[in-house]
Amino acid sequence: MEKDAPALVELKGVNKHFGDLHVLQDVDLTVRKGEVLVVIGPSGSGKSTLCRAINRLETIDDGEIVIDGKPLPAEGRALARLRADVGMVFQSFNLFAHKTVLDNVTLGPRKVRGVPKKDAEEEALALLDRVGVKNQAHKMPAQLSGGQQQRVAIARALAMHPKVMLFDEPTSALDPEMVNEVLDAMVALAKEGMTMIVVTHEMGFARKAADRVVFMADGQIVEQADPDTFFTAPKSDRAKDFLSKILVH
Amino acid sequence: MDDYLSGFTALLVQYDVLGAFWTNIQLTFWGALLALVVGTVLAVMRISPLVSLDWAGTTYVNLVRNTPLTVIMTFLVLGVWTQLGVQLSSDFNLNFFILAVIGLGLYHAAFVCEAIRSGVNTVPVGQAEAARAIGLPFTAAARMIVLPQAFRGAVAPLGNTLIALLKNSTVAAAASVTGETAGTMKTMIEFQPNYIWEIFLTFAIGYVILVIPIGLATTWLSNRLAVKR
Ligand SMILES: Nc1ncnc2c1ncn2[C@@H]1O[C@H](COP(=O)(O)OP(=O)(O)OP(=O)(O)O)[C@@H](O)[C@H]1O
Ligand SMILES: [Mg+2]
Repeated sequence: MEKDAPALVELKGVNKHFGDLHVLQDVDLTVRKGEVLVVIGPSGSGKSTLCRAINRLETIDDGEIVIDGKPLPAEGRALARLRADVGMVFQSFNLFAHKTVLDNVTLGPRKVRGVPKKDAEEEALALLDRVGVKNQAHKMPAQLSGGQQQRVAIARALAMHPKVMLFDEPTSALDPEMVNEVLDAMVALAKEGMTMIVVTHEMGFARKAADRVVFMADGQIVEQADPDTFFTAPKSDRAKDFLSKILVH
Repeated sequence: MDDYLSGFTALLVQYDVLGAFWTNIQLTFWGALLALVVGTVLAVMRISPLVSLDWAGTTYVNLVRNTPLTVIMTFLVLGVWTQLGVQLSSDFNLNFFILAVIGLGLYHAAFVCEAIRSGVNTVPVGQAEAARAIGLPFTAAARMIVLPQAFRGAVAPLGNTLIALLKNSTVAAAASVTGETAGTMKTMIEFQPNYIWEIFLTFAIGYVILVIPIGLATTWLSNRLAVKR
């Protein structure tokens, strides 16, 4: 990432409640173009909610979220358009279960961007090749392993040419032997300059690919630093406590 | 004995029993088509994020589901046709037939809506979220991602609704549709009381013969179309 790259995602004073639970508390966060941000923190700290708020799968109570200079629209076509620019990869893959792998990847470009079928398929195959699952293109999602499904999900998001990609614990539903194939695809993406916000506890990924680590607890950003500094010399007690727990594993 | 049998067979021809079943099959076909269209629209309203649409759909379903079909049919004939003078066809019989189809369709639409909603519940929320995340607006996400999977999950309850619709098509007699099974059976028993058991059994067995294949087909389809996750 270039030092003075422009801000791509900006959160200003974002608050979110679930009933009485204050899940995001005055969150301020700026992600620059080309930056790879890893979000880490204990369960229930609001990491998923943060991700989901950025493409408005979750509404916010107050504050502002700006993507590439445009405030997140509340509803309708404008929101759909903006979502198309924000790729999302879910913990549980969420591939469209009734469509082939190829159709999963071409659906967005064809129906949202109006790309002709042939062009969309050509690009989809190239993307599937890039994440190493081209030979699965004509299968149904249920016939693939978790690691393969997640790589298809990455290809599906990339097919929209997003400005930023959100990953919410992309490897935590996977069998251990499949974690690396997905992380490798993500590292490659990071190296190509994609702007990424990644919720993960995979320290290897954070050290290899992240520009910055953000530590969340109880709906607040408690601490942020470059990965080396954060993992070797965390400042806050919450972060020290949290790291001591995940390092044991 | 031979006389007895041929006498009864002659009755079936005289009162055109096959034709009566054919009328009910036609009522069912068109009624099911209308119910499917209206029921799908209602289901989309009920899963839509717009509160007013959801409310309208819910109100319709609760109102219609809790009204006896006979009341709806009678209302269509006496209220809409007689009172309001709404004429759907210059052909007297066709007019009643269309009214009956409308009554059957609108009534069973409420059940179709609930069947589809139960199908929607078989679709994980992540499917809709992934659809929205690639930029599909609500209607497109519903049409391309959620509903196709919901229909596959709703085949069994939809089959049950179709069976109910077929049996309920006999209520078309209340909408003055002539030559359908319930009316035909009543007339036959009235004029040929000595054959009452045979007549009764003929119609009962006729419906069993129609219903069983629907049940078998929906079970088979439901397994075949099930979305593997
Ligand atoms: N739809 C919801 N309704 C009510 N409460 C919710 C909802 N979604 C999340 N929460 C609550 O909000 C808090 C933050 O949830 P969130 O999923 O953002 O945490 P997280 O940091 O992603 O946790 P994890 O590491 O377990 O995924 C939790 O206490 C959770 O129970
Ligand atoms: Mg989470």
